[in-house]
Amino acid sequence: MDLIRTEEISKRYGNFVALDHISISVPKGSIFGLLGPNGAGKTTFIRIINQIIAPDHGTVFFNGEALKPQHTDKIGYLPEERGLYKKMKAGEQAIYLARLKGVPQHEAVSRLKYWFKKFDIQNWWDKKVEELSKGMQQKIQFIITILHRPELLIFDEPFSGFDPINVDLVKNEILRLKDEGASIIFSTHNMESVEQLCDNIALIHQSKVVLSGRVNEIKSQFSQNLFEIESPQHDINSIIPLLPQGIHYKNTESNTSMYKHYFKLDTNLGPNDLLKSLLPYMPIVGFHELLPSMHDIFVSTIQNGSLSENQI
Amino acid sequence: MTILGPILIAALWIVPIYVSTLSQGMKTVEILDETGLFFDQFQSDEHIRFIPIFTDLETAKKGLIASGDDALVYIPRTELNVPVTAILYSTSQTGMDIKTVVRENLRKQVEALKLKAKNIDPEILTSIKTSIIINSIKIDKDGSEVKSSEEISLALGLLSGLIIYMLIFMFSSQVMRGVIEEKANRIVEVIVTSIKPFQLMMGKIIGVGLVGITQFVLWIIFTAAIIFGFQIAHPTFKQNVAQIENFTATAPASSAQSINMNEEVTMDPNVFTQAFEGIQSVNIPLVLLTFIIFFLGGYLLYSALFAAIGAAVDNEADTQQFMLPVTIPLLITIILSGFVINNPQSQLAVWLSIIPFTSPVSMMMRIPFGVPVWQLILSIILLVATFIICTWIAGKIYRTGILLYGKKITWADVIKWVSIK
Repeated sequence: MDLIRTEEISKRYGNFVALDHISISVPKGSIFGLLGPNGAGKTTFIRIINQIIAPDHGTVFFNGEALKPQHTDKIGYLPEERGLYKKMKAGEQAIYLARLKGVPQHEAVSRLKYWFKKFDIQNWWDKKVEELSKGMQQKIQFIITILHRPELLIFDEPFSGFDPINVDLVKNEILRLKDEGASIIFSTHNMESVEQLCDNIALIHQSKVVLSGRVNEIKSQFSQNLFEIESPQHDINSIIPLLPQGIHYKNTESNTSMYKHYFKLDTNLGPNDLLKSLLPYMPIVGFHELLPSMHDIFVSTIQNGSLSENQI
Repeated sequence: MTILGPILIAALWIVPIYVSTLSQGMKTVEILDETGLFFDQFQSDEHIRFIPIFTDLETAKKGLIASGDDALVYIPRTELNVPVTAILYSTSQTGMDIKTVVRENLRKQVEALKLKAKNIDPEILTSIKTSIIINSIKIDKDGSEVKSSEEISLALGLLSGLIIYMLIFMFSSQVMRGVIEEKANRIVEVIVTSIKPFQLMMGKIIGVGLVGITQFVLWIIFTAAIIFGFQIAHPTFKQNVAQIENFTATAPASSAQSINMNEEVTMDPNVFTQAFEGIQSVNIPLVLLTFIIFFLGGYLLYSALFAAIGAAVDNEADTQQFMLPVTIPLLITIILSGFVINNPQSQLAVWLSIIPFTSPVSMMMRIPFGVPVWQLILSIILLVATFIICTWIAGKIYRTGILLYGKKITWADVIKWVSIK
């Protein structure tokens, strides 16, 4: 079941097409990575989900229903550009914003107390936001985003501005929220965190979805049939002539007592073909496929995309 | 400012009067009159005591220092036709009051002597003096007569027009600053995920409007309470107010008229009754009612426009290019206020009070003079219709503007936003 499903949504500003027939699905209880270079249309997409703006065409479904105003209470949004009322006290402000999302006063207070205690920031309650450091303000805003227990969380660059300790703190909270059943749309340029957190991704480039799916499937899709064989045996040159066609030896790297031999296979061959050919000649202690990183996938997709655009 | 404002206003009113009561201790002034003509004119009262001395000037000066008296007035021997000069010696800086009293006394005596020299009886002069009173009476269509007072209408019209102008400007600017603040610190992006931009805008306008009205009412109440409380605490205060007002009222008159023999400038009781009847001739409930209607209408109209301006810019410094065209109608009404107030039934005044952007201020200026009902109703209908349209347009500008950062917005952009469906 998908919590969010968009069907062919488009948005244009004058002559500029911000979103061009975007269809994506965010399964319940998963983390969905919304990727793309700057200006690709991510913010427009997020604003449509948040009902800040309406699409020109297409429909957004929330939990199977067409998006309607009541759904905003079930969404928590942490924008990339953070901001709170500077002159307002942190606790008061969090409660005010929670109440805007329909949480009753006493409920908001007790939930906020829990979070302030959990993040060990009780003494910030009566401080004006402008008295807090940038990192502290980020923490408050993170709490505000999740205080009304939304079914859908939208985090736009949630880790920017945090020190490594707080990055881990927030990361663990995001994973915990997911375990509790929340669905999360996660927009970032940090590809490492995408690999750590995301179940699915969509890569938007020039207003279109150019790549989408489960992270591990996308990775295998981008597999170059490159394998690493770990073995105590250094000699490989005597074996190479004995290997069947389609298996290409690339190179060898050594670390202490072990050697890593790299092979690239033709597309008609699989990992077992490589193993079968090597087993008679050498001891194998380690074997795995070398999958491209999300970073590589991002870069190559965007660059190929622009190349093909240029060719037209 | 809610608390501080009335205190400051009350202080402006109370302090000068209070200070003047403090400084009015008994003063002793020595008179050295070589002519012997003037001393009788100097009548001691509870503020100043006059003592005659009969020595030469040098001894008198020494005597002044020795006695510790406040001042010494030296009137040298002189011809009647030459301007009388006197010298005021004092041990410390004397206030204006001693000088004024001395001058007045000398002047009256010289004038009396001159009249005597020309055989004119001061009684005759007094009887010639005439004050002219014109009673203006407004005849209504049904023939009933109402005493009208142009002065009261003028003052009331000008006052209410200016107050409306001030309030509209003050509170609308506050709305604009609020919008800019929310946009600048990006909180708006979070808020509009909970409520619609239009709701946010209207909430701000209504909220600031209510805060403004509350503050305004509190100011009036507090200021009145402080002044009233002060009067109770200092019973002499009221007399002093009357005295000072009397003094300021009589001073220019007596100095302007050199042949004014009256000891007291008598206030014509007619002036009071006239003013009272003048106030009665103005329909006060109507003034209050229209004040509220035109304040609300004008505020809603201008605050919506100001909110749109706030949404279109990134900071207050950028507001100028949009502010000027929006505020020009208001400024025009202020520039033309002198004309409107003096010619409340002229064509220009009528048009200004019907066109929605200028009507709140101009209509208030005309109301005390009497405005035909159809003009009033037309003006209100147009004002309400315009603020509804303007709020709708402002909502569109606001909706797009608050989410756009870092771009210098032009009029062309704004028009484009309005045309987006």
